[in-house]
Amino acid sequence: MNPTSAATLPGAPSAHSAAGSELLTFTLGSEYYGVDILKVQEIRGYDTVTRIPGSPDFIKGVINLRGAIVPVIDLRIKFNLTTVAYNEFTVMIILNIARRIVGIVVDSVSDVTQLSPEQIKPTPEFGSALDTSYITGLGALDERMLILIDIEKLMSSTDMALMDAQSQSLQ
Amino acid sequence: MRVSIDLERFHKSFFEESFEGLDSMETALLALDIAAVDSETINTIFRAAHSIKGGAATFGFSSVAEYTHGVETLLDQMRAGKRVITQGDVDLLLRVVDVLRGLLGSAREGTPFDAAAVTSTQAEISRALSGEAPAAVAVAKVEVAAPPVNAGWTIRFVPKPDLFRSGNDPLRIIRGLDLLGRLEVEADTAQVPSFADADAESCYLAWNLTLHGDVSRAEVDEQFSWVEDEALIEILPLAAAVEAAPVAVKPVLSLVRSNPAEAVAAPAAAPAAAQPRNNADGGSIRVGTEKIDALINLVGELVITQAMLTQQASTLDPVQFEKLLNGLSQLDRNTRMLQEAVMATRMLPMEAVFSRFPRVVRDLAAKLNKQVRLVTVGEQTELDKSVIEKITDPLNHLVRNSLDHGVELPDARVAAGKDACGTIRLSASHAGGHIVIEVADDGRGLDRARILAKAQANGLITSAQAETMPDSEVWQLIFSPGFSTAEKVTDVSGRGVGMDVVKKNIQALGGQVELFSDAGRGSRTLIRLPLTLAILDGMTVAVGGETFVLPLNSVVESLQPLPEQVKTVAGNGQVVRVRNEYVPMVALWRLFGLDSQVREAHKGILVLLESEGRKVALLVDELVGQQQVVIKNLEANYRRVPCISGATIMGDGHVALILDVGELVRSSSQAAAA
Repeated sequence: MNPTSAATLPGAPSAHSAAGSELLTFTLGSEYYGVDILKVQEIRGYDTVTRIPGSPDFIKGVINLRGAIVPVIDLRIKFNLTTVAYNEFTVMIILNIARRIVGIVVDSVSDVTQLSPEQIKPTPEFGSALDTSYITGLGALDERMLILIDIEKLMSSTDMALMDAQSQSLQ
Repeated sequence: MRVSIDLERFHKSFFEESFEGLDSMETALLALDIAAVDSETINTIFRAAHSIKGGAATFGFSSVAEYTHGVETLLDQMRAGKRVITQGDVDLLLRVVDVLRGLLGSAREGTPFDAAAVTSTQAEISRALSGEAPAAVAVAKVEVAAPPVNAGWTIRFVPKPDLFRSGNDPLRIIRGLDLLGRLEVEADTAQVPSFADADAESCYLAWNLTLHGDVSRAEVDEQFSWVEDEALIEILPLAAAVEAAPVAVKPVLSLVRSNPAEAVAAPAAAPAAAQPRNNADGGSIRVGTEKIDALINLVGELVITQAMLTQQASTLDPVQFEKLLNGLSQLDRNTRMLQEAVMATRMLPMEAVFSRFPRVVRDLAAKLNKQVRLVTVGEQTELDKSVIEKITDPLNHLVRNSLDHGVELPDARVAAGKDACGTIRLSASHAGGHIVIEVADDGRGLDRARILAKAQANGLITSAQAETMPDSEVWQLIFSPGFSTAEKVTDVSGRGVGMDVVKKNIQALGGQVELFSDAGRGSRTLIRLPLTLAILDGMTVAVGGETFVLPLNSVVESLQPLPEQVKTVAGNGQVVRVRNEYVPMVALWRLFGLDSQVREAHKGILVLLESEGRKVALLVDELVGQQQVVIKNLEANYRRVPCISGATIMGDGHVALILDVGELVRSSSQAAAA
């Protein structure tokens, strides 16, 4: 779509959506993240979840979202942040990805922003220490560094354990 | 090119309608009583064939159209009364329905179809059309011989008094007949009243007409076609012909009765079951199931929201907020009614299942040389569409079983002092929140000794057990895998893969099966099903602050065990002694890694669950209650979770998980084996 972004973000399936389109930014600890706003269905407060036995600890459980049973993932636990508190300011972002609805718990939602292609820098190599395949780039926004994530790729990855192996192959 | 694309869109509905048409053809054929042919039934069959032909020709399925054309011609002859309907014709038409079904199926899938079946039935049709069908030979021959002796007809024409009011004139009919041949007319004035009592607009006259000449029956009928409902018409061949062709007279006479008023007087054997069907095809529209499901989901949400509002409002001051509270209680009522109405849209009458059985029973009875009458009761009982789809196979199996094993051969029945014709009764009725379907026969019943012998041979029970086992438990043995008492394996039943599958399918629907038998007098199978798959009768239990739902149909009992009732096996596995049985115990808090205060069995409650014949005792903290829950799919947004079959939303808006008892039992026995 845009030569610059195509060169910057090789192989990222939703690269075009990270550049030029609007991003919802949120914080996890001291880090800033941005996701494609078209994937966001709504934002709501965190309320009690029903635990699912035998699920990894970052899957908090399921909630009743107007009749639909929706799994909730605490990204803070998934990204190994040290302080994970649940209070009245804890926020859930409800995402609509791959025809599924998933909620993610974050520390706070900042704002909606738009990045120009020049503001997006390629993700540096971290070697095997860090899986960066779902990070589509790093955005420079004033003094802040925005980590742009391909939320769809992240949520459908195997270690998220959100889907059955069977339905993953169907995706 | 564009035209063909446009046509594609209509193909689906053409096939849907055609298959429906075939179903109604089949039903009508089966309801057809050849002794008293109802013209409406013939018309139904004809219309179905006609619209299939028309549709097929429009959409370019020439093989279907050509094939149907011959059938249509044959039916048209029957409809016009030019053809005496024989049992052979009905059988042929039923075969034609099968072939058409196959042809349409292959046209839809684009696969080749068994051409032999097509050509053979087609040949039969053309033979039938040329009047040489094997079954009709006797009649046809006499009819061929008849024309030379067909000297004419004697006709008795007695119009009803109000004949004139319908605009008919007997004189016109008589003149019409006169044109056909030499006519002798004799007026019968016996009914004419005195001049003072006579009504100028009523017809009091009757006529005895004698028509001489070689006139076909149809030509005579045609003259009377406008008044057949308003007059008593008797048409007999002239005396000479009557003597020569007595065989031909009979079927001809039976055709005269096609007039509905007189059909009543005809043999009272007309199936009574045909009556209530008529109201089924009222106004209806075709709606995709996904639209209905979306509606049901939305209403489900509405119910939850409404429950939430009611809960919030319960703290309000009833005096100050009187109007609001009134409004809320009205909302409550309306929501409930809306929910019921929406749920009802998914409901189909049981007729959808029952209607296939007359054919199954007829074919099978013929194959087994048995005489069987099928009685269906409660076709209008409604059941969720998804349940209907899944109940068909088990029911089919039960009916076949009844026919094969239950109903005896005619000789044996007569020897036992019973009617040679057996009866299989299919009935459906509502009972509470359930539907009860019963398959009953008046055959020989279940053979206790044979079942026990077979069970012992299979190692299911010991001979000591066989002595004391109550009947009800003996019958349950039939549901064990690989169990069949049939002396020989037939293609009907007896491969021993039946009843256990029946039971499994019904349990998968959340239902139960019970068997009753009375030796020598018959047996009956009772199936109890929930009205819908979307709703489950559940028992809610609490463990470590979480709520779980157990399907009530797998709960046997719950008990508070004494410490000495619980034993360990190999220092690890736990069993609990319930009466004379050791049942493996599963602690839910351990299985799901929950933080429960109740760790010992005697401090909590054991719920005895049964699935697939195995039991397990589940340790929970406490029983919360019993309620109907709406089943929600967990896999829609998440994935399958071991031992969980789904989730539901409780009254307070929280999600509760529903346990999969089958998997729980299986995994506990695997753990025990390990």
